[in-house]
Amino acid sequence: MKRAFPILAVLTAGFLGYAGYQALFVAPTDQMQGDVYRIIYYHVPSAWTSFVFFFTNFVASIVYLVRRNPKADAIAVSAAELGVVFCTIVLVTGPIWARPVWGIWWTWDWRLTSTLVMWLIYVSYLVLRRFSTGGQAPVLAAVLAVIGALDIPLVYFSIWFFRTQHPQPVIGEGGSVDPRMLHVWLINWAAFLCLGGLVFWARYRVETMQQEVDETEALESLLQPGGSR
Amino acid sequence: MNKAPNITAATLVKDIRLEWRSKDAINAMLFFSLLVVVIFSFAFDPRAEESRQIVGGLVWVAFLFAAVVALNQTWARELRNQVLDAYRVSPAPANSIFLAKALGNFLFVVILEGLMTPLFVVFYNLRALGPVWQMVPVAALGTWALVVNGTFFSAMSLRTRSREIMLPLLLFPISIPALLAMVRATSAVLTGEESTSFWIALLVAYDVVFTIVSLFLFETVLQAE
Amino acid sequence: MNTHYLYAAYIATWAIHSGYIFTVVRRYQRVRRKLRELNKHA
Repeated sequence: MKRAFPILAVLTAGFLGYAGYQALFVAPTDQMQGDVYRIIYYHVPSAWTSFVFFFTNFVASIVYLVRRNPKADAIAVSAAELGVVFCTIVLVTGPIWARPVWGIWWTWDWRLTSTLVMWLIYVSYLVLRRFSTGGQAPVLAAVLAVIGALDIPLVYFSIWFFRTQHPQPVIGEGGSVDPRMLHVWLINWAAFLCLGGLVFWARYRVETMQQEVDETEALESLLQPGGSR
Repeated sequence: MNKAPNITAATLVKDIRLEWRSKDAINAMLFFSLLVVVIFSFAFDPRAEESRQIVGGLVWVAFLFAAVVALNQTWARELRNQVLDAYRVSPAPANSIFLAKALGNFLFVVILEGLMTPLFVVFYNLRALGPVWQMVPVAALGTWALVVNGTFFSAMSLRTRSREIMLPLLLFPISIPALLAMVRATSAVLTGEESTSFWIALLVAYDVVFTIVSLFLFETVLQAE
Repeated sequence: MNTHYLYAAYIATWAIHSGYIFTVVRRYQRVRRKLRELNKHA
């Protein structure tokens, strides 16, 4: 398993290079926005990827609450971190795109606003994990993950309704989607999923190793001559 | 005496009695809200027509921060006297104490809102152009949304560092749909420009979902502390 | 001239990915060292 990692890393890098080439040179230029619109090939696939990871965190958290399997908890925290990374990219590339197109950095458009709230929810999840004392942090985090995941659809829906009544400039696709653009979109999404999956795997391994360390240390302190602290 | 409603009622009455004697939470909440009213008054001219657009948001910011004051001390008393430990080993259902705490907080925040609303009307020269009676369901549903999640997250924050920071950190993002609905509905009532029906429906849905989820998961949180 | 923003977005993306990967690598090294120490004692 460990030997596969470098090979997969090289393959992923190659795939990402190919996807980037497609995004920058092969995809047709937008008539109105010029080349700046190509940010979309990083912005949108990152959003889709973060959804995949947050959904993984949701499922893993439910499994953990039902079975208390530490591997499920490792999956949950790794998926949440990867999701936050990709979500951060969405929130950073969005304003960088909006500035030349709309003249302002932030427009409170419904997609970006909802994504910001989603980012806040999962950052609070990671903060809860970091700040929890005692061994029950995974349980509390899993509960928060379930509540957060149930909240996300409400967040998107409520903000969407608000913005259809009070529209703001929209960051995102404007107009019909050229089939060649969809093709490049999907290639970039697949490449980012590979990158995300690989880093997720590494993070998962680190987490399971850390669990082993914690368990060993706990056992050792129990077996010390002075007894447990 | 093990029946759930009895326990809920008993805990609720105890909390109300304790709060009535000390008035700790209510005083702190009132002071906080007054402070917010004064500070925001520097930001805009209450006589202007535009003020109606933003007062909806101001009011709920004030109530939200005041509610956090009440929510932060929800479980402090129980923690000090090891009541939670006793509760964990008793056969009483966990939901009883959760419901009692949530209802107590709801009562305190509603009382605060009742006291602050006349002050808001006076200080900001409020005159609603829409149907004022609709503020009753909006305030009730909105306050319950904040309180049910707030009581739940307050319990979750008990064993964390920086407990007082953890509660708003968890509560605010999750409450966004409810906060949006409260603010938009209040603005709708003040300006009379739109209908509150969608926002009230959203608040009902939000309250139903999160009340059920909180009741379902509270046992897990209680046992995990 | 708008391509400045395009480059900024792509560079920001890779900076964020690199930053996170770096933290994962660092945690991995630390955990592996810890595990080796613990296994030596056992």
